[in-house]
Amino acid sequence: MITLLEQLFNGLQFGVMLFLMAAGLTLIFGIMNLINLAHGSLYMIGAYVAASTFGATHSFLLSLLAAVAATAIVGIAIERLVFRTLYERDHLDQVLATFGLILFFNEMVRIIWGATALYTQVPDFLSGQVELLPGAPYPTYRLVIIAVGLLLAALLWLLISRTRTGMLIRAGAANRTMVGALGVNVSLLYTLVFGLGAGLAALSGAMAAPIFTVESGMGDDFLILSFVVIVIGGIGSIRGAFIAAVLVGVVDTTGRAFLRSLFAMVMSRSAADNAGPTVASMLIYVLMATVLFFRPTGLFPTPGR
Amino acid sequence: MPPRGMRRAELIGLAALALVPPLAAALGQPFYVDLFTRIMIFAIAAVSLDLILGYGGMVSFGHAAYLGIGSYAVGILAYYGITNGFLQFAVAIAGAAAAALLIGFVSLRTSGVYFIMITLAFGQMIYFLCESLNQFGGDNGLNITEHSNFAGLLDLDNGTTLYFLVLACLALCLSLGGRLVESRFGLGLRGTKSNARRMEALGLPTFRYRLTAFVIAGAIGGLAGALLANQTLFLSPSIMHWTRSGEIMMMVILGGMGTLFGPVLGAAAYLLLENVLSGLTTHWQAILGPLLVLLVLFSRGGILGAFTSFARRRRG
Repeated sequence: MITLLEQLFNGLQFGVMLFLMAAGLTLIFGIMNLINLAHGSLYMIGAYVAASTFGATHSFLLSLLAAVAATAIVGIAIERLVFRTLYERDHLDQVLATFGLILFFNEMVRIIWGATALYTQVPDFLSGQVELLPGAPYPTYRLVIIAVGLLLAALLWLLISRTRTGMLIRAGAANRTMVGALGVNVSLLYTLVFGLGAGLAALSGAMAAPIFTVESGMGDDFLILSFVVIVIGGIGSIRGAFIAAVLVGVVDTTGRAFLRSLFAMVMSRSAADNAGPTVASMLIYVLMATVLFFRPTGLFPTPGR
Repeated sequence: MPPRGMRRAELIGLAALALVPPLAAALGQPFYVDLFTRIMIFAIAAVSLDLILGYGGMVSFGHAAYLGIGSYAVGILAYYGITNGFLQFAVAIAGAAAAALLIGFVSLRTSGVYFIMITLAFGQMIYFLCESLNQFGGDNGLNITEHSNFAGLLDLDNGTTLYFLVLACLALCLSLGGRLVESRFGLGLRGTKSNARRMEALGLPTFRYRLTAFVIAGAIGGLAGALLANQTLFLSPSIMHWTRSGEIMMMVILGGMGTLFGPVLGAAAYLLLENVLSGLTTHWQAILGPLLVLLVLFSRGGILGAFTSFARRRRG
């Protein structure tokens, strides 16, 4: 029971980190109609900047700020240099150009920080444990990630549903040509959304730095997971991205934790030892294929696309 | 592009490829035989992807999976002592075709970006499946102890024999592919690319057409995988990492999408570029990446497109 609770929290923590990535991806796709494979690179840059800033200053907050600021700058730079030309191209061109960017960023990271992985610790004031229930301790740092993730999700929801900027973002997702025709500075809106997405990805990477290995290519697999999230959620929908992120996080984490023992109930020990991890690693892709089979545009399709 | 000029370019290209082993031997550089074997194997994979990508408009982002299935079929059979090449290749091709049937059946219900992502997801599924096969090396991979044995007819331990087997497979794929895209079926498929709704209105069973093309492409991908296993004699899930699917797609675009010989040029250009750049610096990807970005931003129609527009300008 206690392990189940712990794994559910782990799943939630993984889910909110996925959400921070997926929110940017889904906004960028929803508004600019751009598939950005380089979003995982932004996550990676965030993690590297945070890890090295923390190593130099030992200030956690400073490391988060530096990561978000540096990555937002990189993000806005590639938006101006590369993506401007890509908006009007088809998805294939976008996939390929941003794939080229991944190769570039993975290698640049190796040039700047070296080929060996970076390790960084959880800051002292967050390194303890909190009792979820009596007798069920849980790392404070992971709880903080959950809290930050939920807070940002709430802020993002407020921004999008309650502010003028959010209204333009929603309008852009539904019909960007019309928004431009109504006299909105679309170019500025694009830069803003891109910077926002880059910042969120960087924050996700910066918070991941102490618990995952910081290495070149760390964003690649995380990127694919975020794509799974936005596709399940329905591209362009923030609400869909949030629900799908938590769903994917919980399904993936609990699958890895419990499938083996679950299988052991119906098959031999050794067969379960083999099948458990195999099925667990495929689980979210099966989930995605099932969702798309029944709802080809995801759980919460955005109207107008 | 007139089909006849295309045929001629193909024949010249294949003839040039046939000259590689004797030239490499004359220059004392056997390494080139190896490199060009690899190029041709990826050319086969790229041609198969182009059948659905360039002619059918299906942006499949999981094509490396078929390559993986093909090589795992060869490797796993060899692991159990079954080295009969005819059987191995049949299983590789049939296995990849069966996987493509299943993947296509689900994926082709979606379109646009959802199709890109769901094919990617299936690719990842197969990647993780193979990564977790611990008795076949799991993440670390597995050495294959023996080449496929074609009843003593072909000695694949000899690099040159393997080279010509791969060349023959490539020629076969190009010639069958050429017939396919010019056939009634091929015309229908190309129709679904430019306007699926209209083809449907004309009474064409578009789903069946696309699925058939998807399965054919998967089967050819499986063949490329079986050949790759014979070249590297090594099984590793890394051959079907999603970035590999991206590379194969890049070869198609680089060479010229929607032509059959373009992907061959693209595979050669990509792998030669990789070879040259990695000889210059260990950080070659920092050069290759931006090069690819520039290529996508500023070129249309790939290498073949550049050639044909050049030829047209000289003529006109």
